[in-house]
Amino acid sequence: MNIMARLTLDRKLAILSDAARYDASCASSGTSRRDSRDGKGLGSTEGSGICHAYAPDGRCISLLKILMTNFCIYDCAYCVNRVSSNVERARFSVDEVVTLTLEFYRRNYIEGLFLSSGIIRSPDDTMADMVRIAKRLREEEHFRGYIHLKTIPDAAQELIDEAGLYADRLSINVELPTDASVRTYAPEKDPATIRRAMGGVRQQREARKEPSHRGKRPPCYAPAGQSTQMIVGADGATDATILGNATRLYGDYQLKRVYYSAFSPIPDATAALPLIKPPLAREHRLYQADWLLRFYGFGVDEITSARPDGNLDLDLDPKLAWALRNRHLFPVEVNRADRETLLRVPGFGTKTVTRILATRRHRSLRYDDLRRMGASLKKAAPFVTLLDWTPGGLTDSAALRARFAPPPEQLQLL
Amino acid sequence: MYQVTLPRIGTATAWRDAVRAALAAQVPPERIAWHHGTAADSLFEGAPLPPCDRPVKVSRAFVELADTVIWHADPERFSRLYILLRRLRTQPGLLSDRADPQVAKLRQMEKAVRRCQHKMKAFVRFRDLRPVGPDGGPAPRRSFAAWFEPTHYTLEPTAPFFARRFADMDWVIATPDATAVFENGTLSFREGAPRPDLPEDAAEELWGTYFRNIFNPARVKVRAMTSEMPRKYWKNMPETRHIPELLATAEARTREMAEAAPTLAPARAARVRDRLAAPRVEARMTWDDLATRAAEENRETPEGYGRLVLGEGPPDARLMVVGEQPGDVEDREGRPFVGPAGQLFDRCLAQAGIDRGETYVTNAVKRFKFTVKGKRRIHQSPDRADIEHARWWITREIELLKPALVLGLGGTAAETLTGTRAGILKRRGTVEDTRYGPVFLTVHPSFILRVREADRKVEEERRFVADLEAARTRLDQLAA
Repeated sequence: MNIMARLTLDRKLAILSDAARYDASCASSGTSRRDSRDGKGLGSTEGSGICHAYAPDGRCISLLKILMTNFCIYDCAYCVNRVSSNVERARFSVDEVVTLTLEFYRRNYIEGLFLSSGIIRSPDDTMADMVRIAKRLREEEHFRGYIHLKTIPDAAQELIDEAGLYADRLSINVELPTDASVRTYAPEKDPATIRRAMGGVRQQREARKEPSHRGKRPPCYAPAGQSTQMIVGADGATDATILGNATRLYGDYQLKRVYYSAFSPIPDATAALPLIKPPLAREHRLYQADWLLRFYGFGVDEITSARPDGNLDLDLDPKLAWALRNRHLFPVEVNRADRETLLRVPGFGTKTVTRILATRRHRSLRYDDLRRMGASLKKAAPFVTLLDWTPGGLTDSAALRARFAPPPEQLQLL
Repeated sequence: MYQVTLPRIGTATAWRDAVRAALAAQVPPERIAWHHGTAADSLFEGAPLPPCDRPVKVSRAFVELADTVIWHADPERFSRLYILLRRLRTQPGLLSDRADPQVAKLRQMEKAVRRCQHKMKAFVRFRDLRPVGPDGGPAPRRSFAAWFEPTHYTLEPTAPFFARRFADMDWVIATPDATAVFENGTLSFREGAPRPDLPEDAAEELWGTYFRNIFNPARVKVRAMTSEMPRKYWKNMPETRHIPELLATAEARTREMAEAAPTLAPARAARVRDRLAAPRVEARMTWDDLATRAAEENRETPEGYGRLVLGEGPPDARLMVVGEQPGDVEDREGRPFVGPAGQLFDRCLAQAGIDRGETYVTNAVKRFKFTVKGKRRIHQSPDRADIEHARWWITREIELLKPALVLGLGGTAAETLTGTRAGILKRRGTVEDTRYGPVFLTVHPSFILRVREADRKVEEERRFVADLEAARTRLDQLAA
């Protein structure tokens, strides 16, 4: 009897979810609408995702995020599952993954499955096993919930093509912000191969959007798109490098999301990559900047040129930091400014701006009106003028930054 | 004073009937007392509204707002909605005025109900009622039940979500105010009941295991957790009982990870590494081998084709340019990109600031294909077979050179490198990832030569140079 058979399902689940927790992505939104009203299947997806629980690390639990196995032949320094680590190993059978997914789903614990894996035998073998699980869920169990498959970049294109037929989302991790650090810390991985696989997914998605010569629509291919993740803080890359790379990834591969994952201590770490306290504040600022790039019309340079070292200001959110450096553009007259200008006001989100534009057709806005529309006036007040509000000298006051930044820490006398 | 009592189940429909009647009778809002569930203790005398079947037209936006707000727990909601409805008769655009205090208040209530609905979808936890069927095997149709305590009256509007999702099983969701029952595909509602005794479910143990292990002890963020999963929901969620222990041990676990000395790699690691490091079984080719092979090929030339022309450029070039096929001049000289199109290309390349001396130039198809007309050899476009025939050569060149970026000029190069030539004018200026690495596509310079009108020619040349500049920028980025 081999060692594996002796592990209980509970123990395997413990090992293989522990190993999966470093993947940040948990989205279950943006896929095609499905339900099981016909009574022949289980599950539904309706546009927005649902977070079924939150762990004390503040991350949502939407999907059953597990590894198929944490055995791995690669030796990536940042990874808990690398071949040279002494963590306990386990492997799920196809049945076990299917049963866990369905039984958790029926009890409304999850939106679906996020399946990833260490590389066993070869990339093709591993990918084929993962595709088998997804296929079984869809075709035999008629599961209509969400499936996210972590794709193995070195796997054959045909396997990746097949994966997209069953999965809502495919993701391939670029792992680290620069090619050089991937080569240093993940010696078996090739940045070009990773990009090629992402390009392959994009091509498939686009090819499947075109109807055939008879006007028939081909089956949906990964309807929730593809995403990627990079680890922040393990190498020396600056925020400017990271965001520049992310912008390129969004453009080249039409990614839905780039996830930034603060490098976090792992059990049995390697000496090659010393453990640090995870840079959570930095991770947060990167996400804020990412949003500004995608939804607020900012350019990478505008956001990252604040500091000479190319990093974001950890004390201030990136939009506020930008506004403080560009005070000549403020205050903005809320009753007249266009959408692009309003989006750049600190304290205004996209929803607030839409509301302002709609309400302006009825009346000229006052200070209290903005509060009712959901603006954060603590941030916005120095940067706007309204019918009954003008910031006066506040916009250009030297103490403005101090209003927002946390107070400097008092040094202790010895 | 009118007294209106709306039932706990079917509140929305009853409210609509009532306001229709109230509008028809032009009852001012302050003269209606609204009650929910049980009839009012008749402290005040009052009559019911006169019935009315006349339809009333209101905007769709209001119906959506009312259908949500009606489930709010605030007893004022019925009269607030009625007041707004009356105002809408004279101010039809009022709903888009987010600054109006009454609209803002109702929108805020709408948001609260939607959030409550969302949390119900998220936090209802079913327990299995019949894990085994009568014969000991699994039950034919599974059956589940849950107890949930929503903040507002959100069971009725939210139950259809569960019906769409869990259609192949029977289920019951019980709340203090109402109970939803889904049996054999039919959804119905009953009055609320006290908390039922639900059987233990073994899956909760496994779910707890998952919850404990997906948590990363190095990144404790309690506020982020409680703002999305408020404590009031915890008592009906099995996983939350692990939270205190997880928080209590997080710091120590993180410290242990940091302090643990690096361990020796397991024996397996060395075996795997050796296997991965073993050289792949494939004949290593060199540039010289390739040239020798080409010379052998050139001992005879097929009918209608020129000789085999290989690319040229430094073996460490980072940019590889792939054209279509050699032309008449290239065939005579045995070198790529020396004819009229090649000269135009050189000029544009220089304008874009790319050094031809640091670039490897070659063609997708290696032999000039032509028909003879009088003394002249007329260019023929390569077909699929020509492309596939030449693929071995271009593949070897790319393998040997390992360029950072391949610049594909025109349809033939696009087909060779990306699999399709379709839409080249739309795809120009973009980078595509292929099995040959990143490929930057643009048009072939002969396309510019064929343009007759002088000003369009200038314009096309300008666009071509712009593409080359973009390729150069890309190359610089790839180096960064």
